[in-house]
Parts: sequence; C-alpha cells; structure tokens
Amino acid sequence: MLAEALFFSAVLFTIGVVGVLTRRNAIIVFMCVELMLNAVNLSFVAFSQVYGVAGQVFVFFVMTVAAAEAAVGLAIIIALFRHRQTVNLQNINLLKG
Amino acid sequence: MLPASFALLQEAAGVAHPLAGTAARWMWALPLLPLLGFVINGALSIVSAYHAGPADPGAHPHDAHPSVEERHEAHTGHDVTGGGAHGDDHHVVVRHRFAGLATIIGPGVMVLAFGLAVAIFAAMRGAGDAALHTPFVQRYFEWMPVGDLRIDAAFQLDQLSMVMILVITGVGMLIHLFSVGYMQDDPSYPRYFAYLNLFVAFMLVLVMGASYPVMFVGWEGVGLCSYLLIGFWYLDKANADAGKKAFIMNRIGDFGFLVAMFMLYANIGTLEFEGVRAQATALGPSVVTWICLFFFLGCTGKSAQIPLYTWLPDAMAGPTPVSALIHAATMVTAGVYLIARSNFLFSLSPVASLTVVVIGALTAIFAASIGLKQWDIKKVLAYSTVSQLGYMFIGVGSGAYVSGVFHLVTHAFFKALLFLGSGSVIFAMHRAYHATHSAEDAQDMRNMGGLRRYMPWTFWLMLAATLAIAGFPPFAGFFSKDAILGTVFLRARESTLADAHWLGIPGNIILYACYVLGLAAAFMTAVYMTRMLIYTFLGPNRSGERERDFLGEAPWIMTGPLLVLGVLSVAGGWLNLPESIPIGRVGLLEHWLDPVVGESTLRITHGAAVEASSTIEYSLIGAAVLIALAGIVVAWVMLRPERLVPKREARQEEGFERVLANKYYVDEIYDDAVVQPTVGVSRNLLWEGIDQGLIDNVMVKYIGTGVPRLFGWLGSQLQSGQVGTYAWVLVVGVLFVLGAFTIR
Amino acid sequence: MQPTLPLFYTFNFYVFGIVAIIAAVLFVTRRSPVAAAMWLVTTMFALAALYIMMDAQFIGAIQVLVYAGAIMVVFLFVIMLLNLGQPSDVADARGRGWKLVAAAIGVAMLAQIFALTRAHVQPSIPPGYLARQIEYTGVIAPVAGPLFNEYLLAFEVTSVLLLAAVVGAVVLGRRRTAVEDAADAR
Repeated sequence: MLAEALFFSAVLFTIGVVGVLTRRNAIIVFMCVELMLNAVNLSFVAFSQVYGVAGQVFVFFVMTVAAAEAAVGLAIIIALFRHRQTVNLQNINLLKG
Repeated sequence: MLPASFALLQEAAGVAHPLAGTAARWMWALPLLPLLGFVINGALSIVSAYHAGPADPGAHPHDAHPSVEERHEAHTGHDVTGGGAHGDDHHVVVRHRFAGLATIIGPGVMVLAFGLAVAIFAAMRGAGDAALHTPFVQRYFEWMPVGDLRIDAAFQLDQLSMVMILVITGVGMLIHLFSVGYMQDDPSYPRYFAYLNLFVAFMLVLVMGASYPVMFVGWEGVGLCSYLLIGFWYLDKANADAGKKAFIMNRIGDFGFLVAMFMLYANIGTLEFEGVRAQATALGPSVVTWICLFFFLGCTGKSAQIPLYTWLPDAMAGPTPVSALIHAATMVTAGVYLIARSNFLFSLSPVASLTVVVIGALTAIFAASIGLKQWDIKKVLAYSTVSQLGYMFIGVGSGAYVSGVFHLVTHAFFKALLFLGSGSVIFAMHRAYHATHSAEDAQDMRNMGGLRRYMPWTFWLMLAATLAIAGFPPFAGFFSKDAILGTVFLRARESTLADAHWLGIPGNIILYACYVLGLAAAFMTAVYMTRMLIYTFLGPNRSGERERDFLGEAPWIMTGPLLVLGVLSVAGGWLNLPESIPIGRVGLLEHWLDPVVGESTLRITHGAAVEASSTIEYSLIGAAVLIALAGIVVAWVMLRPERLVPKREARQEEGFERVLANKYYVDEIYDDAVVQPTVGVSRNLLWEGIDQGLIDNVMVKYIGTGVPRLFGWLGSQLQSGQVGTYAWVLVVGVLFVLGAFTIR
Repeated sequence: MQPTLPLFYTFNFYVFGIVAIIAAVLFVTRRSPVAAAMWLVTTMFALAALYIMMDAQFIGAIQVLVYAGAIMVVFLFVIMLLNLGQPSDVADARGRGWKLVAAAIGVAMLAQIFALTRAHVQPSIPPGYLARQIEYTGVIAPVAGPLFNEYLLAFEVTSVLLLAAVVGAVVLGRRRTAVEDAADAR
C-alpha cells in the first residue's frame, strides 16, 4: 500500500498548493497549508511501514507544530481583522517595506 | 609505469659512485656559498637603506638629492646611448658604511667556492677517468612529483659541468676582486655584490642541474640577475630600459626552452639528462629536430644569436665587471652549454645541428662587421662577444662539442680580460674627467688614445687578449678558434651533417660556406680588435690637456686579476692542443670530456674518429694564422690614430660606414616591425578599443548599470507586499528546484 | 508489508484515499469558509482511517483528536468569531487565468514528484514487523518508546514551543487597552 499512500499524499499536497495559490481568504489559505502538512504526514506514516516507527514519531511532532502554528496564526488573523476589518489577502500588503 | 629517473635513483643508491665520499659530496655547497653571500650582502643593502644617513647617500632610492648618485654612476659605467650631460661639480666620494664587510663577504664566498671547485676537480682527477663514465648525481628532495612526472631537486657532476664550474668560480672570483676596486665608491656597493653573488649561485645551479627543469631554474635566475645588474644604475632611464630589453628578449627564448621541455616530457616522459640520454634514440627524427630547434631558440635568446642578439650590446649599460662576468664570460655561454649538454639530442638531428651552425656563422660575421665601426669601447667588445658566441655555436652545432666548450673557456679568459681591461681604461678616463668636471664621454675611443704611456700594464695585458681573440698563435684563441674552423671543414667532408639537407641545400655546401664565413669573421675580428687597441692605447692622447694629468693605472686590486687572466689568455691553448701541434700534452680537454660527448661526436662522424691528413690540417692552420695576420696588418695600415679627433669634433659617418655604425639599423627595424605594431595594437585596439570602448563603455556603462537596474526594477515590482505573490514565487522556485533534481 | 492483502483491506484503502482527495478538492473549491472547513475535516477523518490501516493506530487517534477535534474547531471558532461564515463580497478566489496557471503548476509539480519517487525503496525493517510489534506491545508503545528515549530532547523542546505559542496567541489576540492606544497616538 506504500505506492498508493504516496500517490494520495502527492495529490493532496498538490491540491493544497493550488489552494494556496488561488484562494485569497487568509483562513482558507491557512487551511490549505494544514492540508499540505497532512499530506506530508501521510507520506511519513506510509514510509514508517518500511523504514521503522521513527516516521510516526515525526508525525507526532508535525502535529504539535501544526497546533502551535494554528494557535499563533489564527491569533494573527484575528489581530489583522481587528485592524483592517478583512481577511482578504488582497487588501493586506504589510510585507511591503 | 616507473619513470626512468626512478631506475636511476635505484642505481645511484645501489652502486656507490666513485665520487661518493670524496670532496664531490660537498658540491651542494658550491651554489650555496654565493647564495649565502647574496643573503648577507642583500641584508646589508636593505639595512643601510633603512638607516639612510650621510654614510650612504645613494642607498636610499628616494633620496632628496638623487643627483649625487645618478651623476656619479653615470660616469663610472657610462650609459650605452653615448654622450650625456655630466654637469656634476660638487661630488663628494663617500664610501658605503658597510663597504668593508661587503668587500670581505662578496669576493670571500667566491674564493671559498673556487677552492671547493678545485678540490672537487682534484677528487675527479683522483678517481680516474675510467671510473667516471656516469655522472655523479645528488638528489636532495622531490621538487615536483605530479602524476607520472617526477622532478627532483638534484645536482649532477660530470666532466662538462666541472669545466663550467671551474670557469664560473674562477673567472667569477677574479671579477669579484676586480669589482672591489671598480665599484669602491659606488653608493650601492653591497647591493652590487649581492646581485653578483646571486648571479654566480644561479649560474652554478644552471650548470649543475641534473635535469632540464633544474637547469631552467638557473637559466631564469641568471636572466633575473642579468636584468638587475644591467639596470643597476636604474636612476638613468636608458639603463633601466636596457635591462627590460634584455629581460623581454630572453623571455622569447625561454619560451622555446619551455616548449622543448614539454615536448621532451610528452614524448619520453622524463626530463633528467641521464634519462633523456638513455631514451633519446627512441624519439622520431622530426620530434628530435623540433625539440632541438626549440632548445636552440632558448639559446639564441640567452646567448645573443640572430635574431635575438640585440639585447647584449645594450646590456653594456651595466657596470663593466658585470659585462665581463655575465655578458661575456659565463651567462651568455649558457646556450653553448645547453647544446653541449644536450649533445645526445642534437647529434640525432643533422637539420637542427646545421641550423645551429648557420645561425652561429651568420651571427659571427654579422656582429663582427658591426664591431668594425663602433666607437664605444664596450660596444666593440659587446659585438665581439656576440661574434665569438657565434663561433661557439658553429662548434657545438657541427658536433665539435669539445671545440665549442674549449672556445667557451678560452673566450671566458680573454674576453673577461678585455672587458676588465676596458673597465680599467674607463675607470681611469672617468677619474680624469671627473677630476676636471668635464662632461666628455669616458667610453668613446675617440676621446682616448695614447693611454699606453699612462697605463702600461693594462696595455700589455690588453694586447695579449687582443692577440688571443684575433687567433694569433700561440695565444689561447688561436687554438680554440682553429679547432672550430678545422672541425667545420672536416665535417663538410664527412659527417651526417654533410649528408643531410637544410632547406634543400646540401649540408656539405653549407658547412663549407660557414667555414668561409668563419674565416671572414676571424679576419674582421682581427681588424676591429687591432683598431680598438690602436685607438685606445697608441697615437697621441685626445683626452684633453687638463685631464692628462689625472690618467693613470688602476689600483692593484684591479690590475691583479687582469694579470691572472692575462696568463690564462696566453696559456689557455694548452688545455686542448691539437695533435698537429704537439708542444705539450695534446687533447687534454678532448680526453676529459670524452665520457660526456664522445658518443655523440662519433655518431655525427659515422663512428669514425676525427682524422685528417696532416697536409689539410696544416693548411687549415696556416689559413687561420694568415687571416689573423692579415687582419692585424690591414688594421695597422689603414688606421691613422693621428687623424682621429675627439668625439665632439668628429665628423659623421657616411655610406656603408654609417650603416655599420648604426648596427644595420636592426634595432630600428625591430622597433618598426615588432615594437611599434605591438604598442599600436595595445594602445588602439586593446586599450582604447577593448578596454575603454568595449569594457568601460559597453559593458560597464550600459550592461554594468543597465542590467542591475533592470533586475532592480523587476525585483521591486515583485515586492508588492502581497502574500499571494510571494507564495507564487515560492512555488515557482520549488518547481525549479524539483526540476533540477528531476532532470538529473 | 504483507505480500498479500485481503481484497477488503485494499478496497477500503482506496475508498478512504479517494474520499480524502475528493473532500480536499471540494475543500479548495468551496466559497464559504465554513463549508470548506467541514470538507477539510472530512479529509482528515479519511486520513485518520488510512493511518490506522497502515499500522499507525496511535497517530490515527491523534489525528482525529488534534486535527479534526482541536485545530479545526479553532478554525471554525475564528470563522464564527469574525463572522466570516458568508462568502465575502470581495473576490475570494483569483480569476480564471490565474486558476489555469495554478492548475498547470499543480500538474507540473505532480509530474515532478512522480518522476522523483520512482526510486526503488529499500526496506530497512522486515515486512509486517510493525504489526507484530503492535501485537506484542500494543499500539502506543512502539511510538512511545522512541519518543521518550531517542527523541526526548525534541519532545521537551516541543513543550517550550507550545508555551511560546500559547503566550503568542494570547498577546496577539487580546484587545489593546486605551492606555496603549494613547501611547501609540503620541
């Protein structure tokens, strides 16, 4: 089932990428990133079948980081929304120096 | 694949050489002693430059009053371009503060080196001729182990290098001693000895190297020292230019040396003399010819042959003892040594050997004819040197390696004597002009005349040297020059050279022609040397009324070495007496050098020993003597020193005389044909066209500023601050990175 | 991996995989954030099932608990808090041209990934090893062992990360005080 799992993982990851590229709603972009993380997790778990349990341990860490990221990221989005009354990335160009 | 040198190393380690354990084991000290002198004298020179005080007014190049040094030096060794304004009138002679130390160290190391050389020579004699068929090689360390190429820092001692070592250390020692007097008032006295010591060190490396690369180190080193010493009085631009000229023309020749080495390595994989000698016969005939021709290109540079000879006359800008040591006795003979050393290659290629003969003969007659009309006493000797080097190349080219080396040795004696004698003359002239603050040219023969009355020792010694170079029996030059000419004549009758064709001309015709050219050059040699002697020492004195009181013999430290060289010039012929004139032991040098060159000589003569009927031999000798006598007589009859006027009143030369006085305009031709086009291309195309036009304007101005601006604009457009844009860029970047892996 | 698998197992594997992909496609294409979030939750459930089928029961459970249960709930909370439940008036998605380019990029990326994963896999553990381990020690011990031995330091550092995230979230999310506003205004 390794090959199939990797295929699903790749497809999911690509969907996440396309989502990031096409959507402008910050929350949805964020969720697309979560989807990409999940796709990678699937690869890790699939490989843990042939390379040992370390892959699963790694998934554990990825999830932790994802949780932390979600907390901080959503807090940022809230702060942003308070400031600009929108979560549309088109209206946010704070990165411009 | 083991290089052949490795096998040699095994052999050297396994079988003890007869010289191992004798004085020869100290041979590494030979170049090291002068090198030590260089280090100490150089340190003295630098130290005094740092503490430039009243004790050494000239040691500091940026002295606020350089005129003292410049003017003084311009007098001592006059620049070659002729009259310069010497308006010096407040010159105080101050010896260098370290002059005493430099006097002990400079010549001292040479005395030690000469003593060691004699000891090694004695050891070689003691070992017996039979035991010395292989050279004594000392390996010190691996110098360049690169792949299959293995070059050791190794010295080699055999009969040929021994001869050269004796000449270099012996004549070098005498010239060092002479320099003590000649350079005594020079502000850069230790620097002079530092350079001179360094030169001897490199020259010894050149003749002692056991492989072509080691020899090349010495070859380049002596070139460096030559450059440094020609430009010794560098404050005068003409001297510095002469140094540059010598350096650059030598580089052209060195290119040939390098190419020859590359070809040797590419074809037989070793560069050691013994390795090459063992495998030389495996080379194809055309390869050997090309290698030899490229080596000979190196020789034409170092030994001032056509077409690269023009630097040597200009090299007379250096101090006169330097001219004697470097540009007459030792360095310029390096090319002859190279061919004698590479006899195993040249004897395989009749075409290359014929080239050497032809170039040598042409140079001999060409330079001799220029020497006929020179007025600068050192210029006469310089062209004489070029001409005599031509003789040596006739000798080594025609396979008479012994005769070539023999002439090298005798020439070292009498030409060093001539130069040092002229140095004494210039020293006296300069001193006289200096005392009266005259601005006259101290080197122009028209300003001399009648010096015999003021410096009799110098006159008699110069006379001996003149007779020697003119080939008058029984002086040294007679035997060596006769040996060369006689051999060419015999080779034309029977040898591989005579059978070969050179540019379609049969070799024997070429050799006969070269013999005739050689005789003609000998005639001219006798003429111009007699002319020099007459104008300098005989007739009325033209120096000037007031100067006359100051003319006189040089100090004994200068005349002493002259005396020794005089004895050698007279008796040098006994080193290698021909069998036809058995006034002592015959063929000493021939016998001595037989292990080195005997095989190659036999190869050229079809395996037969050189033999000629006594009729031919005596007629050859007779012809040579007659030619020499004729030259002396013609000069004596034609020249009237009474008619000669000092330089300032002299008329211009006309017609062919003028062509000769202007050295056939070769310098001008080179200038127009090579220098000016090079300068023009450099200035117009490379500098103004490519550097300023293409690089500065197009590249720097448009591309250099435009492209960064374009990218800057593009980059700033991307900096929208939109996260989405950055995500796009990032993903595209990921695509490229993945693409790189995918394609791989 | 066992050489032969029951058809039932394979069938279910494909079902969950395809469900995950379809749900992901729907997630990306929904205009309403709430609908998108719900489809993402579906994807995560399907992934949890895949994990469990691949002998990663513990990870599957955590997937449900952390991702579907916690993270996605936070997302929904934020959507609700900010009142983003309706599709926004400003264009949420990019235009057709951009979408086509993005699709092309996606295809290219997929092609590259497939090309790169052709390498032959050399297993470092025997087939079915994980399953046998689970039989002996239960589903948690195989993960917990390395986690608290080899990766202990990383595990502890994770706690610091979480603490930082908590502090950061609180600071970012709280309302600014009047004093601060006044200070900024000056």
